[in-house]
Amino acid sequence: MTEESAGGTVKKFLYVNRKAPYGTIYALESLEVVLIGAAFEQDVSLAFVGDGVYQLAKGQDTKGLEVKNFSPAFRALEDYDVNKLYVDDESLRARGLTAEDLVVPVEVVSAERMAEIMESQDVVLSF
Amino acid sequence: MKLGILVNEGPYTHQASDSAYQFAKAALARGHEICRVFFYHDGVNNGTRLTVPPQDDRNIVKRWSELAAEHKLDLVVCIAAAQRRGLMDKAEAKRHGKDADNLAPGFRISGLGQLIEAGIEADRMVVFGD
Repeated sequence: MTEESAGGTVKKFLYVNRKAPYGTIYALESLEVVLIGAAFEQDVSLAFVGDGVYQLAKGQDTKGLEVKNFSPAFRALEDYDVNKLYVDDESLRARGLTAEDLVVPVEVVSAERMAEIMESQDVVLSF
Repeated sequence: MKLGILVNEGPYTHQASDSAYQFAKAALARGHEICRVFFYHDGVNNGTRLTVPPQDDRNIVKRWSELAAEHKLDLVVCIAAAQRRGLMDKAEAKRHGKDADNLAPGFRISGLGQLIEAGIEADRMVVFGD
């Protein structure tokens, strides 16, 4: 799994996002790790499961909460070469959402496929 | 085996820090190496030297400090998470014009890059959270 490149070790990092974007800080601080981590040029993937799928939902309005709507930052991930975003199909459907309701293009995957993706990683950080 | 540990919850409210400590202690006892323990989210609160738990309870912060001293552990508190939650060392307090600092012995404050670096360096990264 681990590859050696000219710049050093390249590992497969998976960030597992399990929580809704607001209500707790996990989602925001997870995204902060992804953005900082991008500088390390690792093989990065993001997974969204459970309420974590709400992080990608279009049309977030946080004015009443007095917290920042950070969902536009997901659109910037491409600039950081982070473009493997996996969303759990069952979680999405249970919440009445489809891939069209999300702010970025994602790969919607079954629970079995998600398990395979997790299995193939070197480092799994779950938030 | 070389291990990295991530602690995502603060002391006492969640078991994550207790579990991480017990895991670290057991791993060290079995001869494994711990390259870094990184504290993130409310986990940074494990690094405040101002906790005063009841005398008949475990002292979670002190326990980490002692384990670090005994095994030369690298206990790193995320700077961004720490700033939000009012955790700082002397240098940070001075930089932000604060009249106090509260980082416990054996801990140091640094950036999220230290977490990624631990993930790269360790054979296994173990996450303790909620």
